[in-house]
Amino acid sequence: MGIDSIKSMKREDFKDNEYIDKLVDELNATGANVVVGKLDELINWGISNSLWPLCFGTSCCAIEFMSLGAARYDMARFGFEVARNSPRQADYVMVQGTIVHRMAPVMRRLYEQLAEPKYVIACGGCAVSGGPFKNSYCVVPGVDQILPVDVFIPGCPPRPEAMFYGLMQLQRKIKVQKFFGGVNRKEKIEEFFAQHPEEKGEIG
Amino acid sequence: MFNFGTWTEAINNLLLGVMPEWLAIVIECVIIAVLVLATYTVLALFYILYERKLCAWFQCRLGPMRVGKWGLLQVFADMFKILIKELISLKGTDRFLFKLAPYIVITSSVTMLACLPWGNGLQIINWNIGIFFILAVSSVGVLGILLAGWASNNKYTLIGAMRSGAQMISYELSLGIALMTICVLSGTMNVGELVAEQNSAWFIFRGHIPAIIAFIIYVIAATAETNRGPFDLPEAEHELTAGYHTEYSGIHFGFFYLAEYLNLFIVSGIASLMFLGGWMPLHIPGWEGFNNVMNYIPSIFWFLGKSFFISFVIIWFKWTFPRVRIDQMLAFEWKYLMPFSLANLILMAVCVAFGWHF
Amino acid sequence: MSDIKEIIGKIYPEATFEEGENLLVNVPENKWYSLAKSLKEDKNLDFDVLSAVVGMDWKDSIGVIYYLTSTSHNWEVIAVKVVAENREDAYIHSVSDLWKVANFQEREVYDMFGIKFVNHPDMRRFFLRNDWVGHPLRKDYDANPELNPIRLEDEINEDDSRTFVEEDGKIVEKPVKVFNEDEYVVNIGPQHPSTHGVMRFRASLDGEIVKKVDVVSGYIHRGIEKLCEGLTYPQTLHFTDRMDYMSAHQNRHCLCMCIEKALGVEVPKRAQVIRTMMDELMRISSHLLSFGCTAMDLGATTAFFYGFRERELVLDIFEKTCGARMSMNYNVIGGVIADLHPDFVKDVKHLISIMPDRLKEYHKVFSGNLIAKNRLKGVGMLPKEDAINYAITGPSGRGSNWSCDCRKKHPYAVYNEVEFDEVLEDGCDSYSRYMVRMKEIEQSCRILEQLVDRIPEGDIRAQVPKIIKLPAGRWYQQVEASRGTFGVYIESTGEKNPFRVHFQSPCFNLVGVMNLTCSGYMIADLITIGAALDFVIPDIDR
Repeated sequence: MGIDSIKSMKREDFKDNEYIDKLVDELNATGANVVVGKLDELINWGISNSLWPLCFGTSCCAIEFMSLGAARYDMARFGFEVARNSPRQADYVMVQGTIVHRMAPVMRRLYEQLAEPKYVIACGGCAVSGGPFKNSYCVVPGVDQILPVDVFIPGCPPRPEAMFYGLMQLQRKIKVQKFFGGVNRKEKIEEFFAQHPEEKGEIG
Repeated sequence: MFNFGTWTEAINNLLLGVMPEWLAIVIECVIIAVLVLATYTVLALFYILYERKLCAWFQCRLGPMRVGKWGLLQVFADMFKILIKELISLKGTDRFLFKLAPYIVITSSVTMLACLPWGNGLQIINWNIGIFFILAVSSVGVLGILLAGWASNNKYTLIGAMRSGAQMISYELSLGIALMTICVLSGTMNVGELVAEQNSAWFIFRGHIPAIIAFIIYVIAATAETNRGPFDLPEAEHELTAGYHTEYSGIHFGFFYLAEYLNLFIVSGIASLMFLGGWMPLHIPGWEGFNNVMNYIPSIFWFLGKSFFISFVIIWFKWTFPRVRIDQMLAFEWKYLMPFSLANLILMAVCVAFGWHF
Repeated sequence: MSDIKEIIGKIYPEATFEEGENLLVNVPENKWYSLAKSLKEDKNLDFDVLSAVVGMDWKDSIGVIYYLTSTSHNWEVIAVKVVAENREDAYIHSVSDLWKVANFQEREVYDMFGIKFVNHPDMRRFFLRNDWVGHPLRKDYDANPELNPIRLEDEINEDDSRTFVEEDGKIVEKPVKVFNEDEYVVNIGPQHPSTHGVMRFRASLDGEIVKKVDVVSGYIHRGIEKLCEGLTYPQTLHFTDRMDYMSAHQNRHCLCMCIEKALGVEVPKRAQVIRTMMDELMRISSHLLSFGCTAMDLGATTAFFYGFRERELVLDIFEKTCGARMSMNYNVIGGVIADLHPDFVKDVKHLISIMPDRLKEYHKVFSGNLIAKNRLKGVGMLPKEDAINYAITGPSGRGSNWSCDCRKKHPYAVYNEVEFDEVLEDGCDSYSRYMVRMKEIEQSCRILEQLVDRIPEGDIRAQVPKIIKLPAGRWYQQVEASRGTFGVYIESTGEKNPFRVHFQSPCFNLVGVMNLTCSGYMIADLITIGAALDFVIPDIDR
């Protein structure tokens, strides 16, 4: 791979990420026009540095997320601190905790209420795979069953440092996406929803 | 002291030399409009960063650090993001009013911004009902908030909007009376003359006790007017998720967000105009040398400095006090603040009538 | 205990008794309601607290075990076993009019076992969707995922409830509406910043005044009790850390004690002291979080950061010894999993030396403020009688002047060897509940101070068999968790996995009181009342 940096991001920042490497290859293969490329870069810089979370915690991970906002870890340093309570104004939803059957439609609706561009982070063992409750009768085994997840953060609950790593990973991912032309992101989301249809598609 | 009027005069003469008067006026209007909008954006962005940094320091944190040096570029990243966010149109809303509401809010605050005295000779409109006009325009903003709450077809926004209506209409009384107290002292409502009157000393010193009381009342009422803590009930994040703008996304939400911060600047600007001398440097009668030194600081810095200081106090309130409840808030206004400010107005009138002021 | 036997035997000759850890009274279903009435109202019995309602499926029959406590008779505990007459169409008389706490408890039993409670005012499911097929804790539950797939459509008919009443000796079903058509119902949650998780309240409003609150739970119901039945005893332990994650140590302590009691294992003294200290540290951490959240819900964001600043110190202590900040998984059957970190004593001493000043600072920045006082005082009144009737234990119950501290009433670990005061406040309002928490931090520091230099040397774990099999029988153990009395019920048939495990969580009772405490106050008060009651949702839903 002959690139040292992509979109002002150092190669070392994502060197152990095959997934992002793949996205970079895809991006290089399709080739971007210079003007659009620059504009893309600017917008991606904006989105990646201004990720406002939706306050959404179901269990223990939410407490660690509060620690993330508190003074010792202070996610404000990255500009993540403007936690919005209304999904319309948030950029990503960090699923913190188990998603059970009763919650699944609410979760799906919340995702649909988010304004584009929107991202999903599955935070903690329960959101990643169902965690210790995987075998239960009413637990969704991983939030990727119902939502297209961008970043997984394992842990039970993940340490705040792990959450930071996940959030930075999301920033990296955003930096290699294409806003104009919508190649890699939108198509994937549409593909996802084609595979996970909703019986009744009415969103208020 | 440097007068910005010489610049504006020069530009005016230059334009009149090459084109008819009507065209010159049109061009001047366009330049001013662009300048006002640019100032608006820059100030709003500055204020967002200002508050985020300040609240971080109150809370033993660092605040934005990573984007740019000391996080200076953070707000620009936020702006780019908000600009490209999807605008969601909802089923069951009143589409026209829903889209109109943010524009009403932002228009009202831009208009108020145009009335402030920025520096010596740096003022857009200077007419004899300046303060009256500012008060009138500030009430238009409530309409935008009420419409936003109503048109969103959401119970949270409706409660938020109703609270906002009750709150702003109530506190406007104390606010107006506090400003009227100073008008009694100065004998004018003209913004330019108000500043000129404070050449000898600022009104807060000239009017001593009643002026200080009026200043305190004004700061309390202004905090309520701008929907900031402890009076942030219309947004009341922990009760109504995001209050009246719950359903707004993208730049429509951005307008509310900017207007909130700009209104903070505007009320601080009015306070500095009415109580702390506007752009007038700190003058102490008799100390000629001191006064001359003060005059070397450009007038625009005086104005901005005073405004930022008052904003700092209001931001300090927000990050320290818990939120009051709607009934407590209204009781506070109608039972204590308004009667008190009326009594203060009479006190000021007596002081002025007997000449008990400086 | 023989007294109770005599008194009950005199009135109800058909009742049979089983001796055990607690006296168990067997009573036929048709006599249950009148027995309950005399248990509560007879002055010689006076069982005024319904501690736990445990639904049971014994494969051949189905029923409920009620655990009752008498506050006036030395906190005596008895159990009453009621078996429904028909397994497939089971009916038991509701006692929700005698002990209000039974209202939600019986709804839970209905949800999990399908036992219908006669005369219960609102017989809806509590945890599961209203279109769920089957009752999961029944032994004959069909776990086929095709019956209950992940549904992505909303639940319908949320306002439809029903009640079962007796008419001419027959039980008939009658529909009930939760809210009328013309009521202005505001939905709060499940995604809402102030419900402390995914609780959902539906509040009908008159202007800003709350008229009625309907609690909709189950948005984090993970079926822990059912999962436990399929696991061995040591494997069940980790669930307790994830129920009330702010009382992780206490909850796990409780389950370990219950199993140790059944096994007859003597826990070494060193482990006992370590457990006690960890419990108190957990309590400090929990109350600090509660302080922070109360402040934040009232809009005083800065106070929240101050609370979290000190909480990080407690978490550091946990992290050094247990290896994790949360979900510590520290207690094991017979003791604790690892020895203390060498810094433990130093860190604890540092914490207790700074806490008094920090508490004063909190008071200065938040609760000393006039606005905060006005927001909390006189709001969410819960008189002592109601607190007892709704079984509101913990700081919330003590804020209503009800002395209900399990550490004093049934001392465990080394609580009888340390001096501490049970904090009581008689304001019965949100402010009292808040103040109890703040003062309990002081008391916890006091306990830590007494123990920190007296940690005995010795083993940290007793020898336990490799494969743990509990003898057949039933055990009930209570501890004082951060939010109230936490109970564990285990029934064993002698196998290596439990036949039935029931967790009686304090937060479950706390939401039960929301309708009572919020009605008549404003919607903004609903948030502060919730904050001052301080419930943790995964503890309610389990």
